[in-house]
Amino acid sequence: MRADVRFMQGNEAIVEGALYAGLHFYAGYPITPSTEITEILSERLPGTGGKFIQMEDEIASMCAIIGASLTGFKVMTATSGPGFSLMQEAIGYAVMTEVPSVVVNVQRGGPGTGLPTSVAQGDVMQARWGTHGDHSIIGLTASSVQDAFLMTVEAFNLAETFRTPVILLFDELVGHMREKVVIPQPGEIEVVERLRTSVPQGTNYHPYLVREDGRLPISDFGGVHRYNVTGLVHDMWGFPSSDPKVAYDLIHHLVDKLEHRADTIAHYKEYFTEDAEVLLISYGSSARSALHMVEDRRKRGVKVGLLELQSLWPFPGETVRKKCEGRSHVLVVEMNMGQIYQEVKKAVSKPEKVFLANRFDGVFISPADILRLLNVIQGKGV
Amino acid sequence: MAVKDYLRQRFFPQIWCPGCGHGIVMANMIRAIERLRLKKDEIVVVSGIGCSSRMPGYLDFHTLHTLHGRALAFATGAKMSHPKLTVIVPMGDGDALAIGGNHFIHAARRNMDLTAIIMNNSIYGMTGGQSSPMTPFGKKATTATSGTIDHAFDFVGLARGAGASFVARTTTYHAKEMIKIIAKAIKHKGFAVVEVMSQCPTYYGRKNKLGSAVDMMKRFKEGTALIGSKKKAKHPDLIERGIFVDEERPEYSTSYLELIERLGNSTTY
Ligand code: SF4
Repeated sequence: MRADVRFMQGNEAIVEGALYAGLHFYAGYPITPSTEITEILSERLPGTGGKFIQMEDEIASMCAIIGASLTGFKVMTATSGPGFSLMQEAIGYAVMTEVPSVVVNVQRGGPGTGLPTSVAQGDVMQARWGTHGDHSIIGLTASSVQDAFLMTVEAFNLAETFRTPVILLFDELVGHMREKVVIPQPGEIEVVERLRTSVPQGTNYHPYLVREDGRLPISDFGGVHRYNVTGLVHDMWGFPSSDPKVAYDLIHHLVDKLEHRADTIAHYKEYFTEDAEVLLISYGSSARSALHMVEDRRKRGVKVGLLELQSLWPFPGETVRKKCEGRSHVLVVEMNMGQIYQEVKKAVSKPEKVFLANRFDGVFISPADILRLLNVIQGKGV
Repeated sequence: MAVKDYLRQRFFPQIWCPGCGHGIVMANMIRAIERLRLKKDEIVVVSGIGCSSRMPGYLDFHTLHTLHGRALAFATGAKMSHPKLTVIVPMGDGDALAIGGNHFIHAARRNMDLTAIIMNNSIYGMTGGQSSPMTPFGKKATTATSGTIDHAFDFVGLARGAGASFVARTTTYHAKEMIKIIAKAIKHKGFAVVEVMSQCPTYYGRKNKLGSAVDMMKRFKEGTALIGSKKKAKHPDLIERGIFVDEERPEYSTSYLELIERLGNSTTY
């Protein structure tokens, strides 16, 4: 079979990845720089028998996909900064009710309406802590159009496996950049289907009774098991409860099911890391400049390497700690004021060796920007 | 089947105060469902937050208790993805028309086949008696201790203006009428909204010295009249009850299925 090679924009690749993974229901609201995802899906979904709806705002979009997911379908919404802020209430609801859902945030400059058409990575912490209350969440990212496709498929797989919202934290540059993409043949990469209950009709089904392996087999709305879903703390029936033991167990389950698996959920790429004295850690489009700088330095015999994170949440702290062990310096490269930098410092055994190369002025961070920092930490002046 | 056969008795007693109107609405909604011979497995009940929104938990259907004001948005997703389901959305007046006002007008405009039952008790009960967008001018609430200077929505005008294809009003006093209207609303193909004037003796009643639940229900009897009735002609100030709008208009998920077909495709549902 000939490979399906195409040239496309990041936002188009996200659509292709979602359709590959089995997206059936999409609700969205236009916002720069993610609008293309909504536009393309409005055309593509009816053609595949799937459902598309443009909602009145991002709040409604997030709520609609949760409602649709409960009827047994794979769902997604896409937005950017301000819209992502509006979705936080319902993202928390999806966390609490354990409804598989995928949320794309093509980041732009913030806060407020910020820099709508500029590149930024300032929503990293919002993806983690944007909704209120103790919780955990999965956040994935990518630095190329091909990886945007792959990470989108992975987002659906993780959402189904862990019954959780998954945030795809892309940035404006990856969303709008055009590159070559190889679309895998059906079956070529794994697509995880929803785990449904085997409890037969007429037998008590406990929708929120956690299995020993931490998973919760689901029954679709419209199926033979009728149960309650609530955003309140709930017992195994899905009925509201204020019993401290029920609350304790539920919150623990919601956090542990992801945090305890942070390093198995982890996705990352390594470039020239084996003998690197200085390790760069980056993600999203920043990782492109970081890699460019690393390749350039390697030509001059400088021992630098790059760890590109593709999963940011739950933060793969153990992986990062191990990769940083024995390096002279660690340089985090990102387009915000140090959101992942702080996480890296927390993870490593020598936080004083961790430095930050960043920009947050709407201008793409360049290899030269990173090199300046590298020179400083290596004692070569500015 | 009896009303109790539609209830999850495991979760009783329910949380409502003695005399609250919401239990009456729940029972009559069940009677309407019974009358239509709908199967339990085909019904999804979606609510937001508030006293009335606790209703789904007690019902033996697929039930979804969501976020304050957002019930219609969740319901839209469920109905659109699985159009064979009958989706009923019980709401409170603050839930539906204040925090959920935007979702309400857009659900009406879209004309998706959802049945919204708005229990209007003119107050926020669950949070302890604050004024709502349906608190009449001058009436008291914990956030309007000298009487509110806000104006209430004209509910029928709002729903009609937003494009709802079925709009009706009834009260907890008028049980038979309520069953008939709710059954019609569920059967209606499109966005149907029913305002049920319901009593909150605990807060609205007490704050405004309206007496017991029975006294409040009597006011619903005395203060309302059927659309076009002699009583209404004689006393033009009375609040009208009955069906204000009942029109056929393209239903959203049907239009969408037609679009899929036009594109030469089919779908699971
Ligand atoms: S506070 Fe009012 S609305 Fe709430 S349960 Fe009590 S009587 Fe009913």
